[in-house]
Amino acid sequence: MAAKIPEVTQISESDLVRLTQEARQEATPTFGKIIWREFKNNRLALTSLVLVITFILFVIIAALFINTPKMMTTNIMDYYSKPFNKNFILGADSGGRSIAKQLIVGSRNSICIAIGLTVISSTWGICWGMISGYFGGKVDLVMQRVYDFMMILPMLMTIIVIVTIIPTYNSVTLTLILSVFYWMGTSRLIRSRVLAESQKDYVAASKTSGTSNWKIIFREIMPNISSLIIVDTTLSFAENIGVETGLSYLGFGLPLGTPSLGTLIANANDPENITTYWWTWLPAALEIIILCLAISYIGQAFRHATNASQQ
Amino acid sequence: MWKTILRRLLIMIPEIIILSVLVFILAKAMPGDPFTGSINPKADASQIHHLMRVNGLYDPWYQQYWNWIVHLFHGDLGTSYEYQEPVTTLIAQRGMNTFWLALFTMILTYVIGLPLGIYAGSHEGKLPDTLVRVYTYITMSIPFFVVLVVGVWIFGYTLNWFPTSGSIASNANGLGSTILSRLQHIILPGLLGALFGTVNIVQYLRSEVIDAKSSDYVKTARSKGVSTKNIYQHHIFRNSLLPIAAFAGYSITGLLGGSIFTEMVFSYPGMGLLFLNAINYRDYTVITSLVLLYGFLNLLGTLLSDIILSIVDPRIRVE
Repeated sequence: MAAKIPEVTQISESDLVRLTQEARQEATPTFGKIIWREFKNNRLALTSLVLVITFILFVIIAALFINTPKMMTTNIMDYYSKPFNKNFILGADSGGRSIAKQLIVGSRNSICIAIGLTVISSTWGICWGMISGYFGGKVDLVMQRVYDFMMILPMLMTIIVIVTIIPTYNSVTLTLILSVFYWMGTSRLIRSRVLAESQKDYVAASKTSGTSNWKIIFREIMPNISSLIIVDTTLSFAENIGVETGLSYLGFGLPLGTPSLGTLIANANDPENITTYWWTWLPAALEIIILCLAISYIGQAFRHATNASQQ
Repeated sequence: MWKTILRRLLIMIPEIIILSVLVFILAKAMPGDPFTGSINPKADASQIHHLMRVNGLYDPWYQQYWNWIVHLFHGDLGTSYEYQEPVTTLIAQRGMNTFWLALFTMILTYVIGLPLGIYAGSHEGKLPDTLVRVYTYITMSIPFFVVLVVGVWIFGYTLNWFPTSGSIASNANGLGSTILSRLQHIILPGLLGALFGTVNIVQYLRSEVIDAKSSDYVKTARSKGVSTKNIYQHHIFRNSLLPIAAFAGYSITGLLGGSIFTEMVFSYPGMGLLFLNAINYRDYTVITSLVLLYGFLNLLGTLLSDIILSIVDPRIRVE
C-alpha cells in the first residue's frame, strides 16, 4: 500500500497504517458484518436461522437412511396406527405407512424443490430485472410487456394444465416448470432498484471510461444491490415452500409414490382423516407453518439489517 | 387522460391474442379427442374420423384456431364432455358462486385492512404498530392452503361453527333462509381469505399515513387547528383512498388463484372446483374455457387498476 504513495507526501509508515485503520472504522461496515451484528442482537432471528439450517440438514441426512419404496408399501396390519407407539412415533396412515418417515422424506423433497425453484427463478428474475432496468428504452418496453403478460396469466391453472399434459415428469422437471412462472416479483423489485441505481454517478463515470455494459451490470451495479437480492431471495424461499406443497396438495405436484409435505396435508381432504386421524396431516401442516415463519423471520432480520446500514 | 386509457386498451389487444394462442396450443397438446367418450362404444373408428373431419379437427391449425375464435365471439365455448351441457351454462352457474365468495372476501379484506393500516401508521413505532406488523408478517409467511386446512379443521370440524362443504344447505327454501344459508357457507372461507389477504393494503396505508404525517398539507391543517381525528378522516385517508381502491383490480388475480384452493378445501361448487374436476375427467372444453376466462378477468382487473392509478397519479401514465 505504501509503495503507491508518491514520495513527496510526508506521511510516515506508521501514520499511514493508523489512518487506514481510522478510515476503515468510519467506512460503512460490510454486509456480512451488519448481518452478524443484527443476528447477535436479535436472539429470535438467530434461533430461527439455527433451527432452519439444522432442520434442513437433518431431513436431508435422515432421508438418506430411509428406503422410500419400502416405506411406501402398504401394510394393512398397521392401518391407522395411533401415534406415540414404539413402531410409529407419529402413527401411520390408511396404508399403514409411517407418518414420521414420510414426513422426513417429504420434507426433503419439498425443501429441495423450494431451494431449486428459488435459485432458478431468482437468478432469472434478477437478470431480467437488471437488464430491463439498466438498458431502459425499447429493451425495457419489450421486457415489460412480457412481464405484464406473465402477470395476467392464470398461473396455477396453467401449471396444472402443463403438468397434466406432460406424460412423465419428476421433481427436476417440476422445478423447471414452476420456475417459468415465479420470477416476476423478483424482476419487478430488481428493475425498480436498478433504474434508480443506473442514474448514479459511478455508473456514468464507468460508462464514460468505456467499461462494457455487462461488466457495469454484473460487476458494479449487482454488488451495490446485493443486500436487496439477499433479502428478496430469502423471502421468496419462504414463499416457494408453499408453491410445490400447494400443488402437491391439489394432486398435481410430485408424482404418486414420491411423498411431499403437500401430499401429507392432502390426507386432510378426507373428512374422517381430518378429525379422527389427525396425525396423518397435522404434523406436516405445523411443519410448513413453523418453517415458513422461521425463514420469513430471517428475511425480515436481513431487511432490518440492511435498512439500518443505509441510515 | 383519455389518451392514457386508449393506449392502455391498445396494449391489451396483443395480450389477449397471445393468451388465446397459448390456450389454443395447450388445448391442442392435450391427449385424446372430443368424441371417443361421448358416442356409442360400438361405433366404428371410421365414424369418429368422420366426426373429426366434419367438425374441422383435421383442418390446418390456423384454420382451427380461426374457427375457435369465431365460435368464441359468438359465445360458443363448446359442450362439456363430462356434464353434457354447454360450457357457458356450466360456467354461469358456478361463476356466480365464485363471484359471491370473491366479493365477500374483498369487502372483508377492506373492512379489516383499512382500519389496521391507518391505526398502525398513526401509532408508528408504538405497541399497536408492532402488533399489526407481527400480524402482517404471520399472514404473509404462511402458505394460504395450509391456513384453509387448519381453519376448516378448527372452526368447521372441531368447533362446528361453520359448515365444511357446499355452497348452500339442502333444506334451505324461501328467500330468507337461502340467503342466510349461503352466507353461512361463505363466512369461514371469506374470513380466512380476508384475514390473510390484507398485507398489501395494510402496508401501503401504513406507509402512506407515516409519509403524510410530515407532509406540508397536514402541517398546515394542524396549524389551522384541525383536530387529529379530522385530519385522519378527511385529509390523509381521503388522499390514499383511490390508490387503495385501485388494489381491488390487482387483487382479482389473487382471489381467482386462491379460489382453486378455497373451493377445494371447502368443496365449494365454484369455478375453481369445476376446473379441478374438469382436469380429473379430462374435460378439455371446460379447462380451456376456464383458463381463458381467468386470464381475461385478470386482464380486466389489471386494466381497471391501471386506469384508476393513472387518474390518481399522473406520473405513472403510460407514455
